[in-house]
Amino acid sequence: MPAAEALLAALAVPLAGAMLIALAGRWPNLRELITLVTAVLLLACVLSLLPAVLGGARPALVLFSVLPGLQLAFKVEPLGMLFALIASGLWILNSLYSIGYMRGNQEAHQTRFYVCFALALAATMGIALAGNLFTLFVFYELLTLITYPLVTHHGSNEARAGGRVYLGLLMGTSIVFLLPALVFVWLLSGTTDFTPGGILAGKLGPLGLAGLLALCMFGIGKAALMPFHRWLPAAMVAPTPVSALLHAVAVVKAGVFSVVKVIVYVFGVDTLAHAGVTEGLVAIAGFTIVAASVVALRADNLKRRLAYSTISQLSYVVMAAAVLAPLSLVGAALHIAAHAVGKITLFFAAGAIYTAAHKTEVSQLDGIGRRMPWTMGAFAIAALSMIGLPPAVGFISKWYMLSGAMAAQQWGMVTVIALSTLLNAGYFLPIVYRAFFVAPSDGIPGDPHHHPHGEAPLPMVIALTATAAATVLLFFMPDVPLALARGMLAP
Amino acid sequence: MSLAQHLPALQVVVPLIAAPLTVLLRRRSLAFAVVLAASWAAFAIAVLLWLQVGERGTISYAIGSWPPPWGIEYRVDRLSAFVLVLVAGIAAVVLPYSRACIEAEVPPQQQYLFYTMFVLCLAGLLGITITGDAFNIFVFLEVSSLSTYVLIALGRDRRALVAAYQYLIMGTIGATFIVIGVGLLYLMTGTLNLADMARRIGAVQNTRPVLAALAFLTVGISLKLALFPLHQWLPNAYAFAPSAVSAFLAATATKVAVYVLLRFYFSVFGQSQVFEELPMQQAMLLLALAGMFAASIIAIFQTDLKRLFAYSSVAQIGYIVLGLSFGSTDGLIATIVHLFNHGVTKGAIFMLLGGVALVMGGTSLARVHGLGKRMPLTSLGIVVCGLSLIGVPGTAGFISKWYLLLAALQKGQWWLVFLIVLSSLLAAVYVWRFVEAAYFREVRKDIGDAVLPRSMALPAGLLVAATVYFGLDTSFTVGSATQAAALLMGGLR
Repeated sequence: MPAAEALLAALAVPLAGAMLIALAGRWPNLRELITLVTAVLLLACVLSLLPAVLGGARPALVLFSVLPGLQLAFKVEPLGMLFALIASGLWILNSLYSIGYMRGNQEAHQTRFYVCFALALAATMGIALAGNLFTLFVFYELLTLITYPLVTHHGSNEARAGGRVYLGLLMGTSIVFLLPALVFVWLLSGTTDFTPGGILAGKLGPLGLAGLLALCMFGIGKAALMPFHRWLPAAMVAPTPVSALLHAVAVVKAGVFSVVKVIVYVFGVDTLAHAGVTEGLVAIAGFTIVAASVVALRADNLKRRLAYSTISQLSYVVMAAAVLAPLSLVGAALHIAAHAVGKITLFFAAGAIYTAAHKTEVSQLDGIGRRMPWTMGAFAIAALSMIGLPPAVGFISKWYMLSGAMAAQQWGMVTVIALSTLLNAGYFLPIVYRAFFVAPSDGIPGDPHHHPHGEAPLPMVIALTATAAATVLLFFMPDVPLALARGMLAP
Repeated sequence: MSLAQHLPALQVVVPLIAAPLTVLLRRRSLAFAVVLAASWAAFAIAVLLWLQVGERGTISYAIGSWPPPWGIEYRVDRLSAFVLVLVAGIAAVVLPYSRACIEAEVPPQQQYLFYTMFVLCLAGLLGITITGDAFNIFVFLEVSSLSTYVLIALGRDRRALVAAYQYLIMGTIGATFIVIGVGLLYLMTGTLNLADMARRIGAVQNTRPVLAALAFLTVGISLKLALFPLHQWLPNAYAFAPSAVSAFLAATATKVAVYVLLRFYFSVFGQSQVFEELPMQQAMLLLALAGMFAASIIAIFQTDLKRLFAYSSVAQIGYIVLGLSFGSTDGLIATIVHLFNHGVTKGAIFMLLGGVALVMGGTSLARVHGLGKRMPLTSLGIVVCGLSLIGVPGTAGFISKWYLLLAALQKGQWWLVFLIVLSSLLAAVYVWRFVEAAYFREVRKDIGDAVLPRSMALPAGLLVAATVYFGLDTSFTVGSATQAAALLMGGLR
């Protein structure tokens, strides 16, 4: 397939899938089949672009001009390729998992759920493949809107409150900060195209650059920099598959992806380094890493703990990008992939525990590893990846980030990473320990939390085992993500 | 002379003739047919005029072949052609919609009156837009206003009478101010032709009567366009008028008033240094900002959707006026584009609300519980148009906001930039009040099983589609607005 067509197909396939899913709503088996087929087709489209991109080509496509000189345009570059691969690849496993979860928990409105999911993937592809900041902004906003029905899926008061925070913070930051920044970039450069080396060189003084950078970084609320992070825990009212794919992969990664993209392709690493304006960003990201970890340490609700862990891990990417060292930028790009596979496994496990055992709190998990060995085994591997230990891919990305920080003599960043590694171990290892080494408490008879159960439904176990395997596999074979991450910095 | 040369006259004459015809015919189905034909013809003429202006530039048409400045001149330039397309286009969409809507809301023996007044109002609005004569503007303004009062009073709710009366008083004050302004200008320049007036005003620019004329005109027109704080007539008028009337007025009446303001400010006074004497632009800026925030906040606390979106209109008029207060080309583009985009968006919302009123028995927030389930497409349409009010990319509202932000940034006024985006968040709050009522609540038990007639659903859907379309393809809107803004700025020395 020619590259431009493959690019268009990557956007059109999930859209077409969403329509077919809506039409097939009355026949659940057909509907789920369509979801799976769509997901596989999407991955095939994205994969067909990979050889060309690795070979140095940058397939591009201009859809149409919205305003004179402002186009809805797409261009595949290595970082976007990496993000698109992760999102589309994990969507397959997530669909499998969703089928088990949604049926196992007898959720309502399943057709709406699958339709919105496919649309969310279409928006994610739009972000990953965007050729300019304007296109990215358009799909960024669409992603916020299309995930709102997913976050508020249960329709309860709690869901409504969570939805308010979710939408309010994400849309608020993007309209108040990012939109003016976008218009300003356009006014300054006459373009918003993502260009290697950036488009702002010589256009602004250090003060202006710092202000614009702040607008962009806080404007990309999906990256969950403090103090605009509250939407992430609020979004945990969503069904677990939503938390897994969207709030471990698509939405949050869209955030940090946009951060890296803006730093590398809009501001330009050299422009920023020359002006020396990123120290503040490094500090804010560092603070977010530590503070979110501390909150995670104290959270008893498993999904909440995972949410704060995500906030902390996202800031790794932001900090590594803000340090501007080539190695740390490679680490940032790699960490987008590493965290995605690891965190989706953790959310899958949390959802599996909820489905099989109806447990949501960490303190209820004593001895659960004996009943759900696959689930908790996968959880343990993913936890290693979060901490950054071999043999999990988190080790590799952390290695690059640390090397970059040391090469740039950013000792503050080194300290933060070291501290955060300890904190990560502090809130993940006790869960693993409880699950495998503490005897299950007998509990009071009749307590709904204590009933005999085994593993979650098979599709869920397959999905979470596969993602855990990917975490290990990427440790041994990081070639493709590494090549893409390096390709990002090639002129 | 071929027919094509007389298009400017026909633009007004066709609907004007249709009005007495409906009275003579009386039968409501005949009246509907006549008015439908007239409004579609008017739309076709407007499009043809727009094309002609695009090809050949400004068209000047002497009524009765009396050459201007002695006779009345109809003048179609890029700005008026654009507004003509909006007004006639909305009328052409609202009219097929209105039949079922009026059938439900107005007693049968009064229905022909609705069509008479509707087409008369259309003729008035088109006349204001097309004429190049200051007194003629006043005449057509009265034609459209008087018919509007009747249209509002046709509302089923008894409060419609009070609303119509309120608007009558305010509208008459506005018209009086306008005629005083026009009179003063005539006194000083000796002409009523706008182009001629613009040429002559330079000689008398610093005289007190000219300054007074500017003040009278500003206040009078501001009343008609419902600029905060002269907006009190608007929410009641929109809330209690028949739904088809709300849709038509919300999309056109205030927009035409903005057009008149642009004409006087830029085409007439733009030729002089009057603005150096009277800081009108600063005043407009302040009133626009006050409107954007105050009206949005009031909108948040409304319990009826028609009133909520009526206050939203006042806020959006703030954006429109804000654009012209910049006095820059991009600011004017923002004004002209938003005039069109907001017309389409609000027209769509009020048409959808008409359907909601019919099916759910009212438009209060408590009545529309579960609308997402009961009327999924209508509900989605309102959400899409709501997103356009917020200015989400992919909708028409985004384009307007883009130019507003661009204009503010060009002036280096970051505080204004943030005020603009903050007020969009207020829009998000009131739109989300609807979303939560429609999607997070169960349908009330006392809602009947009425079905939305297709003749109402299709035109409304068409405008919703237009709201999205003009957010993606802006060649018509931005293209026309850019040329119109250049034309107006050419008049500003």
